[in-house]
Amino acid sequence: MWDYIKLAVLAVIALFAAIAANYGHDLAYQVHAVLIMVVAAAMFIFSLRRTGDIRVPAPANEYFDSVVRAGVIATAFWGVVGFAAGVFIASQLAFPSLNFEWAEGYMNFGRLRPLHTSAVIFAFGGNALIATSFYVVQRTSAARLWGGNAAWFVFWGYNLFIVLAATGYILGATQSKEYAEPEWYVDLWLTIVWLVYLAVFLGTIIKRREKHIYVANWFYLSFIVTVAMLHVFNNLAIPVSIFGSKSVQVFSGVQDAMTQWWYGHNAVGFFLTAGFLGMMYYFVPKQAERPVYSYKLSIIHFWALIFLYIWAGPHHLHYTALPDWASTLGMIFSVMLWMPSWGGMINGLMTLSGAWDKLRTDPIIRMMVISVGFYGMSTFEGPMMSIRAVNSLSHYTDWTIGHVHSGALGWNGMITFGALYFLVPRLWHRERLYSLSLVSWHFWLATIGIILYAASMWVTGIMEGLMWREVDANGFLVNSFADTVAAKFPMYVVRALGGGMYLTGAIIMCFNLWKTVTAGAPKAYSTAVPAE
Amino acid sequence: MSDNLHTNRKPGDPETTGHSWDGIEEFNNPMPRWWVYVFYLCIAFALIYSVLYPAWPLVNRATPGILGWSTRGDVKAEMTAWHDQNKAIQAKLVATPLAEIKADPALAQFATNAGGAVFRTWCAQCHGSGAAGNKGFPNLLDDDWLWGGTLQDIHFTVTHGVRNADDGDARYSQMPAFGKDGILDQTQIRDVVQYVMSLSNAATDPKAAEAGKTVFAENCAACHGENAKGDRTQGAPNLTDAIWLYGGDRKTLTETVTNARFGVMPAWGKRLSDADIQAVTYYVHSLGGGE
Repeated sequence: MWDYIKLAVLAVIALFAAIAANYGHDLAYQVHAVLIMVVAAAMFIFSLRRTGDIRVPAPANEYFDSVVRAGVIATAFWGVVGFAAGVFIASQLAFPSLNFEWAEGYMNFGRLRPLHTSAVIFAFGGNALIATSFYVVQRTSAARLWGGNAAWFVFWGYNLFIVLAATGYILGATQSKEYAEPEWYVDLWLTIVWLVYLAVFLGTIIKRREKHIYVANWFYLSFIVTVAMLHVFNNLAIPVSIFGSKSVQVFSGVQDAMTQWWYGHNAVGFFLTAGFLGMMYYFVPKQAERPVYSYKLSIIHFWALIFLYIWAGPHHLHYTALPDWASTLGMIFSVMLWMPSWGGMINGLMTLSGAWDKLRTDPIIRMMVISVGFYGMSTFEGPMMSIRAVNSLSHYTDWTIGHVHSGALGWNGMITFGALYFLVPRLWHRERLYSLSLVSWHFWLATIGIILYAASMWVTGIMEGLMWREVDANGFLVNSFADTVAAKFPMYVVRALGGGMYLTGAIIMCFNLWKTVTAGAPKAYSTAVPAE
Repeated sequence: MSDNLHTNRKPGDPETTGHSWDGIEEFNNPMPRWWVYVFYLCIAFALIYSVLYPAWPLVNRATPGILGWSTRGDVKAEMTAWHDQNKAIQAKLVATPLAEIKADPALAQFATNAGGAVFRTWCAQCHGSGAAGNKGFPNLLDDDWLWGGTLQDIHFTVTHGVRNADDGDARYSQMPAFGKDGILDQTQIRDVVQYVMSLSNAATDPKAAEAGKTVFAENCAACHGENAKGDRTQGAPNLTDAIWLYGGDRKTLTETVTNARFGVMPAWGKRLSDADIQAVTYYVHSLGGGE
């Protein structure tokens, strides 16, 4: 019966997509309709050929690891794509002639910039979060993933979302909301995928066979729930036509700006902080083979973090049309957020006490430690930049870009690399990684790359902030905007160089992981769900 | 990599909470005291700040904060301070005839600073922050002027602009599109381009240039003059000085003759104050090419 329903649904989707492709008003919409039609039709044929087959039921007493393997591959792949896009647009800023005339309207900075941010945050980060959360929730709940193949739906559905988003940007479909650029139908699709993700994760927690829910899962769950809420509210929009990609936002003016930065800041807070803290809370104690430093600290900093983060968004709108009171609240909540953020850093670093000797011998631990270090640095820098007086200098400058990247490259990137190095031998049943010295190479390339990136952006950011506000004895501005752009050139080159080193490190990682899988000596890891 | 073993405990380790997930245990350590105190300190800072500054939303308005501070008030105070400081000298600048500004060192200094700021804010987008111009946007540092380089000429151009639709007094002229409108055929255009290039001693095909001389006399001389030295009353450029607005190579000149050009400049009199226009006129005039 289920087979027939599935076939009918796929047929309807393929048919509607074909109609939509025919009536589509714009190129992005038409391309997406054809893409969806092809995907639905292929799945229809695939399902039809398997209808009525006798299927071996999935072994309920084994962990569901195949989807995690796929997630690991996707994470590595999108990571390289996203970093490469970043290096390219960084070079475009240094050398504008890289905005090739023949690719105008497709490959210019404005089109590629959201492609870069979405590729690294949602494709690389999102796949890392989904894959690790599926791995971690099973191990720490001693239960197979709930919902059977729903986990596969989440993986493929999420990656379809990424392809739709990325092609949409290139072809010009965008809501023009930072980090929420995809248009209405892509948003609707992500909503469906995300709710299934929530169901799979929550279902696994509910059927867990451990008495308590492990701290990593609190963080993962808060990330999934909050992102669902943020995504839905910030994307409330009315399509101009069901056959076109354009939509109109429900909110307007400063309300729209406030909703956008409530979303934007909590994308950082819950996607890039809470979710990755979930990762940290599993992989750091695992790799260090030490107990978590303080249970009490983990509870207090978890609740403080999720309560305070959600109010901090207005600090993105200091000195704008936003009323002063809202801007003040955004600032003071950001300042209060400092210690709750550092709770995670303390728990991560102190977990290593008693295992510091491993820093010398284990480059994976080194990667995780520097990741937690960058986390601590950028969660101090963030509250500091939210202070209105500091913000009046830093706002709209490259300092913001430097801040974001010390967090993204340092914290999110490095902890993900650490998790990938941990996971690949276990998921593919290999005795060990192909080469620890390649991990060291990756570590140093990435670390030096981040330092070049962040330091150059601090320098240009503060420089341009000072140049913008410089006035003479009569109160007249001293510099033109173009002067400040010209002055940034050397630092733009350094930034692109740092990004290039980071990208090189990631490519080395892919090679290392590939060789681990293809050339490593086998070792059996138990994937059986422990019977307690 | 002891996967299913418990995490290693060492002698002297504190107690754990007794739970274990996939081998991960948790110590029952207290929260670091410094962490707790700094957290309290941040909360205290937040509360005090929210009393001092506008913060808590009420029914119709928000608490204004006991310091009475606001972003708009802040900007206004700063603007007012500069305005008060500059008011007298600005009035003097407007009242002083352009030619006499230079004689008063304080006024000249002020006009240079103010004019420079106006230029970098409003003019630099087209003319460049150093006023060296760009393709289609004249260089203001040299002595080659389309519409005149005296203080009065510059003042008029800045106030009314060039070929814009907003100001009836805007400088206006229109070169015919000789190729597009079929006034000249391709051979004639080729010849006249060669002739124009020869005027500034560029390498040319002498035969074509000779033929172009007649074409020039019949079609171009009315505006650019018999000697091709241009005519400032209609903004017709001097073609003999090797200074080109769009380019003096064969390809660009062919394009210019074929399709004509229509450079536009806004009427700043509608946007800037009298003092600003006075100042930017003085500034541009002082850059080196002023007559």
